[in-house]
Amino acid sequence: MAADLLIRCGRVVDPSQAIDSVADVLIIDGRIAAVGRDLPAADRPVVDAAGLIVAPGLVDMHVHLRDPGETHKEDLASGTAAAVRGGFTAVACMPNTVPPIDHPTVAEYVRGRAAAAAHCRVSPIGAITKGRQGRELAPIGTLAGAGVVALSDDGVAVLDAGVLRRALSYASMFDLPVIEHCEDPALAAGGVVHEGEYSSTRGLRGIPSSAETTIVARDLLLAEETGARLHIAHVSTAGAVRLIRDARARGIRVTAEVTPHHLVLRDADVGEFDTDRKMNPPLRGADDRAALREALADGTLDVVATDHAPHAAEEKMMEFDHAPFGVVGLETALGILLTHLVEPGALSLMEVIRRMSTTPAAILGLPGGSLAPGSPGDVVLIDPERRWTVRRAELVSRSKNTPFDGWTLQGRAVLTAVGGEVRHNDLAVETRVP
Amino acid sequence: MARHLLTLRDLAAEEITSLLDEAQAVADGDIPALNGAVVATLFYEPSTRTEMSFEQAARRAGAEVLHCDVEHSSVRKGESLVDTVRTFAALGTDVLVLRHPASGAPALAARHVRCAVVNAGDGMHEHPTQGLLDLLTVRQVKGRIAGLRVAIIGDVVHSRVARSAAWGFSRLGASVVLAGPATLLPVAAPVPGVEMTVSLETALSGADVVLALRLQRERQAAGDIPTSTEYTRLYGVSDPVLRRAKPDVVVLHPGPANVGVEITAEVAYGPRSAIIRQVENGVYVRMAVLRWALAPRTVRHGDAATPRRSPQGQHAAPVVG
Repeated sequence: MAADLLIRCGRVVDPSQAIDSVADVLIIDGRIAAVGRDLPAADRPVVDAAGLIVAPGLVDMHVHLRDPGETHKEDLASGTAAAVRGGFTAVACMPNTVPPIDHPTVAEYVRGRAAAAAHCRVSPIGAITKGRQGRELAPIGTLAGAGVVALSDDGVAVLDAGVLRRALSYASMFDLPVIEHCEDPALAAGGVVHEGEYSSTRGLRGIPSSAETTIVARDLLLAEETGARLHIAHVSTAGAVRLIRDARARGIRVTAEVTPHHLVLRDADVGEFDTDRKMNPPLRGADDRAALREALADGTLDVVATDHAPHAAEEKMMEFDHAPFGVVGLETALGILLTHLVEPGALSLMEVIRRMSTTPAAILGLPGGSLAPGSPGDVVLIDPERRWTVRRAELVSRSKNTPFDGWTLQGRAVLTAVGGEVRHNDLAVETRVP
Repeated sequence: MARHLLTLRDLAAEEITSLLDEAQAVADGDIPALNGAVVATLFYEPSTRTEMSFEQAARRAGAEVLHCDVEHSSVRKGESLVDTVRTFAALGTDVLVLRHPASGAPALAARHVRCAVVNAGDGMHEHPTQGLLDLLTVRQVKGRIAGLRVAIIGDVVHSRVARSAAWGFSRLGASVVLAGPATLLPVAAPVPGVEMTVSLETALSGADVVLALRLQRERQAAGDIPTSTEYTRLYGVSDPVLRRAKPDVVVLHPGPANVGVEITAEVAYGPRSAIIRQVENGVYVRMAVLRWALAPRTVRHGDAATPRRSPQGQHAAPVVG
């Protein structure tokens, strides 16, 4: 990942430097060399980006690549192929693999496979507890040495508050954020959709908002007491938003993410028991969705992360109760944000890039998120005029469980470069060497 | 093209009324001729009475019955629902009658087969033929549905019977009230516009129809109620509490009843009980439903030269998927 590339005359949008202007971006030897007018091509490959947006490559801090152990759903190659097609240049993968990333060997496997086969940068997240069982701490210091960028038992919360408190304290020695999946299983009680009008009508067991909010509240108190860094994954309720907003105001070190699907869908969109709209946390009510959008705009929610969760077709072709939770998102996230938040004026383009690149990179200390000279040459070119329709069969992810099949979106990543190397190119014109 | 009966929610008032008219015609002796159509019963939950009722309906109308004993089938070997229903369709099934513990299972089945799917009860969702037989029974006794006050009492949140009845009675213009302990009521009305209350007295006041729901034994173990004795004391349907209802109230129960728990013996076996009539009507309703599901096929209607209703119907049920 150390190539040269000159990107000419694009609209450069870089939240890290507050740049939004037409300029060239020059990458030399895999790093940003300069952003400015009339930069010299010399004998470097040149991309004409007139009419396109040039931004730091997108960074997804919450994906499930299913590798090792469940590679019939996804693997490091297929998942990162989906990532670069969606404009992402770096992803952080969750440790609920088989075996889980609760041991440095597994973290090293992920990094090794990524170096050999991945299309973008991949950073493993380590488990908080051994086997993600919530009882004993995983070897957090050793995991940090093996390159994990955060800790999470994602898929489940750490239910024992004493264990989580010790995890927060211990993780802070290595400056690793702890990412919590906030869900109390006693309240979720086997639920499969949001508890509300939709669950009542369809006779589906509901997951009440309190399943999320009670754990968020507890975790914020523990973060306050330990002074450790807490990150709340996939916030889905208005109640959690209020708690995070208050905690932030009191100076607690908390960050939080929201998924594209929670920003645009609601529980009623599950429709006739559509398992491709079954995920955890579930799609909530219209009020929750409105609160999430507002919180993303006001900064209470820092990051948009996909929670890309591939599942094979035969696994989803089940009774709603039995189908696994999760939807894919890497290939649709940008288009969803541009079409349903930027276009209606709910969020600026600059803020979308910030929440999908600069901020997640900063939270996890990942490469990218900036076009400042010296930064990695990780860049996405976005065609804001490109209209396209999501087609399940056309996804490059190994799994096709998108909740957006058939949606027409406006705006798409048309070129993705990692370290100056073009990893995805959907431009009409080929990159040329003059 | 088959017609599925997945929910009463999907049916317009006209379609429900037309099905009730057909069922009444069957009750009056006009048995449909299903001419050897194949009706398969696939029950993932034991339900002696519903399964017997469907099989009896199919046989009396001259259909062939393909019975699947789920306990001894490839389902036990881990075959998926979709594979199982595709197999049934490939065996020549015209109507697949499906009972399943998961809400929405018949909708899933309907997306993957060309034959008609009739929901014989799915999880906590709906039990549309039960709803139709409740409606038919009340219409026979009261002569109408519109304007009646219908109280549905008990474990509403887990009840597919309650949901189908609430849709059916509301669609036909009755006012529906759902009552039970707060832990057994859904968080929101399962049917738009129905009333919900924890007060049995409020629910029964002026009721023309009382539908007592079965209290499943596992509710106490699940912690939804402290004891079934307390449930009986607070929500049992008995002669004294029925004094709040209209004098000519009709009492329904989907069966099998826990007599002495959700309903007293005096009520269950008393003059206002229509429980046995419900069972009888179940067969008529299911014959009418089988014919309706097969309607687009050429099925002669008794000896009549022409069907009394256009096979297309005014409101074909939405075919999911």
